[in-house]
Amino acid sequence: MTAMLEIEGLEQRFHVGGGIFERMRVEKGRLRIPDRIVHAVNGVSLKVAAGEVLALVGESGCGKSTVAKTVARIYKPTAGTIRIDGTDISGLGQRALLPVRAKMQMIFQDPYASLNPRQKVRDIVAEPLLQQTRGRAARAEVAGRTLALLERVGLNAEHANRYPHQFSGGQRQRIGIARALSVNPRLIIADEPVSALDVSIQAQILNLMKDLRDEFGLAYLFITHDLSVVHHIADRVAVMYLGFVVEEAPRDTLFAAPRHPYTRALLSAAPAIDPAARKDEIEVTGEVPSALDLPSGCCFRTRCPFAWERCAAERPVLRDAGDGARVACHLLDEPQRDAP
Amino acid sequence: MTEALLQVEGLRTHFHTFSGTVRAVDGVSFAVGRGEIMGLVGESGGGKSVVGFSLLGLIDPPGRIEGGTIRFDGEDLTAAGEARMRRIRGREIAMVFQDPMTSLNPLHTVGRQMDEVLRLHTDLDAAARRARSVEMLESVGISRAAERLSAYPHQFSGGMRQRVVIAIALLASPRLIVADEPTTALDVTIQSQILKLMRRQIRERGASMILITHDLAVVAEMADHITVLYCGKVVERGPADTVLRRPAHPYTRGLIDSIPNPALRKERLNQIPGMVPDIRNLPVGCNFRDRCPRATALCAEVEPALQDRGSGQWAACHHPLDAAP
Amino acid sequence: MTAAFLSSEFVHNYRRNPSAIAGSAILVIFAVIVTLGPWLVWQDPYDIASLNLLDSYKPPMWLPGGDAAYPLGTDGQGRDLLAAIFYGTRVSVMIGLTAMAFSCLLGTAAGILAGYYGGVIDSVLMRIADVQLSFPSMLIALFLMSAFGTGVDKVLIALTAVGWVVYARTVRGQTLSEIEKEYVQAARVAGLSDTKIILRHILPNVTTPLIVVATVQVGTFILIEASLSFLGVGVPITQPSLGLLIKNGFDVLFSGLWWTSVFPGLFIMALVFGINLFGDFLRDELNPRLK
Repeated sequence: MTAMLEIEGLEQRFHVGGGIFERMRVEKGRLRIPDRIVHAVNGVSLKVAAGEVLALVGESGCGKSTVAKTVARIYKPTAGTIRIDGTDISGLGQRALLPVRAKMQMIFQDPYASLNPRQKVRDIVAEPLLQQTRGRAARAEVAGRTLALLERVGLNAEHANRYPHQFSGGQRQRIGIARALSVNPRLIIADEPVSALDVSIQAQILNLMKDLRDEFGLAYLFITHDLSVVHHIADRVAVMYLGFVVEEAPRDTLFAAPRHPYTRALLSAAPAIDPAARKDEIEVTGEVPSALDLPSGCCFRTRCPFAWERCAAERPVLRDAGDGARVACHLLDEPQRDAP
Repeated sequence: MTEALLQVEGLRTHFHTFSGTVRAVDGVSFAVGRGEIMGLVGESGGGKSVVGFSLLGLIDPPGRIEGGTIRFDGEDLTAAGEARMRRIRGREIAMVFQDPMTSLNPLHTVGRQMDEVLRLHTDLDAAARRARSVEMLESVGISRAAERLSAYPHQFSGGMRQRVVIAIALLASPRLIVADEPTTALDVTIQSQILKLMRRQIRERGASMILITHDLAVVAEMADHITVLYCGKVVERGPADTVLRRPAHPYTRGLIDSIPNPALRKERLNQIPGMVPDIRNLPVGCNFRDRCPRATALCAEVEPALQDRGSGQWAACHHPLDAAP
Repeated sequence: MTAAFLSSEFVHNYRRNPSAIAGSAILVIFAVIVTLGPWLVWQDPYDIASLNLLDSYKPPMWLPGGDAAYPLGTDGQGRDLLAAIFYGTRVSVMIGLTAMAFSCLLGTAAGILAGYYGGVIDSVLMRIADVQLSFPSMLIALFLMSAFGTGVDKVLIALTAVGWVVYARTVRGQTLSEIEKEYVQAARVAGLSDTKIILRHILPNVTTPLIVVATVQVGTFILIEASLSFLGVGVPITQPSLGLLIKNGFDVLFSGLWWTSVFPGLFIMALVFGINLFGDFLRDELNPRLK
């Protein structure tokens, strides 16, 4: 069986620092135009099966949103392959991508920026569908489907003729979900879909996404920084740091027995309401290094309490660690070092 | 029991906008004891930030404090003039904001901004002020502090900047710190560092803190007491443990249940239905009744008052949770 | 819709802003002059047959020797100055509006292309804009007009060449901030082509700040055109604008025939003043950064 989404060796680099004139420097008496490159994603490989929810977790700047937007082909990948239902889309042009977009849609983070303020809700929701049918679908048919979708996500027909500013954040996110559903996709890339919402609204949207998944058999690539959300919705979890996947495991394995020091740090740093859930196992110091200048060897070694010489010399690769988990850490070879 | 450091009674702060009066804070009462951390919780529109700004006298038109008293160490701040408030801000009550960039001046070095605070609020000479700045930066975990004094805010990362803001807030040894979503913009590993730092500093100095946040988990980690706001009113308050373990108000219960809890393993979250009503057009009776599973005809007629539930817990509900519905 | 607009904050603020009301009142008067001008005066000042040389250089009606038939006096050809001013206002305003429309179209197109595609297009267009902005616009217009010769069409070309830059820069900046927004990415995911994204999503969201720029620019253009005409390189003698009227009067100003120059000058001042008052109000209302 082919996976719904299969990413292999995905790399994404961005040139920053503006045009030639802005980057010009005089160094040692010579004019130089240095290339400043952000290494946003550095060789990520992931699989999402049909109907599966893979959560991609990490802190800001870890490249999780870049992975999402590259998979959605908002960006063109620097290297690597992205297969949607078996088709490699990494090099396709916008026109050739159109049929792929019927299988894959996206839900965005910011409910205020993700809807065009000048479009009516009905036009927003119908846009991907109209693009797919290229005007061949009957007007009434599209209108009917738009209203059905609005109702499905918890809005109603009279909302269709309003503009986005007349809605609350939660309602806007519902509109964004209806838009993504309009073409009957099988994979939805959800980029922090609830992090801009109030807690009580978060729960509503999470429930809705879960129901939709069951109803339509959707697969989600779910990007988030919030571990409690991950635990609620994910089947499997991949943890990213500085553009690398450092650990990937089934949800229960990851929460019960995290292996990578960074995963352990994340889990112990997350605040919890339940005093029993608090654990102070591992604490990292310092801050994430710049993606302009990656550390040698392991990306996490500058903050890792266990790091030793090998971590600076050799980059650990993601490999099988048992229980369906894959971990990129030298501690797998030398477990005796795993003591504070 | 000695008198609380801060005693807010019936605070009402309204905004008179073109589209109507926004009763952002409408009759809020709470107290903060000496050396205590009080968590002020609520969702957007709850009025929690406006409470913070009201305490510091930072409400600008079209907003206005319409009534109530803010007793700080016996003195009513609502009656204090602007000159008096300027002396209180920074020296007695300091504020830490969500976005550190808004409280740091991008044009001045960190050292200069710290020096300014000390010059304003202490009698130290230049050398002593510098020494104190260095010491303060070190105490919030900034290495090479003496060097960093000459750095500009943009040369710090987000987490470091928030440390600087906290250092500045602590400089004049204020007795109360109002922290408005101090870690919301930060990553979780940085958040946990900053929270630990804040808690340690507060405890060591015997200061008090009002921690304004939407995140119940943060409050659970930090606060001694909790006050929950909804639509500008206090719906529940009490000791943190009691409120989180046995919430009396259905809204508090709903907030807690909305957070996925790994220990409970639920397929669906117990969501609060509907959304926050328009604050310009609040319903008669209880503000929460349209979203409340326990609402009855009584809730639509009479607005519930805060009632003592014993052991310091108060809730504004006709049908509190540990009573029969 | 109308009722909603009348009760909006925009209208509310307008009612409480005396200078906005004064500005728009001036503009309404000028709108009447521009649209109905020829029917408000009894003489067609450019129909030689209707002129009477005997009536030349009559002073305004309230001065000795004045004639009620010529409220603001006459010029050297016996032309009613009020009629000439009404006709001249038409020419001035039409040139200002048309040049503004051309500049706006050209500048918006350039700005969107530069902002959306970036790279070489962006660098080239913006460097041209930088170079152009380093010269006073009057100087550029003057240079172009001396190369082209006089004529309404040539004035329009010169003003457009001067005026597009401000739109291009505004639109480019706005486009850069809009394409970062997720709704543009959503349109990409929906499968829209670049052209559709630009027309359906970016264009409608970058135009609001242009209203302010355009309003103030009409005033600037009227002044530049007047200056060009005053220097004799603007509109031809057969289609005199306010600026050309001032020039014609200026030749005899020191012979005590002041009215031929001063009245067109007062009209142009009132017009630009009205535009700027209203433009200031629009800027305060429409620019969210000032709110």
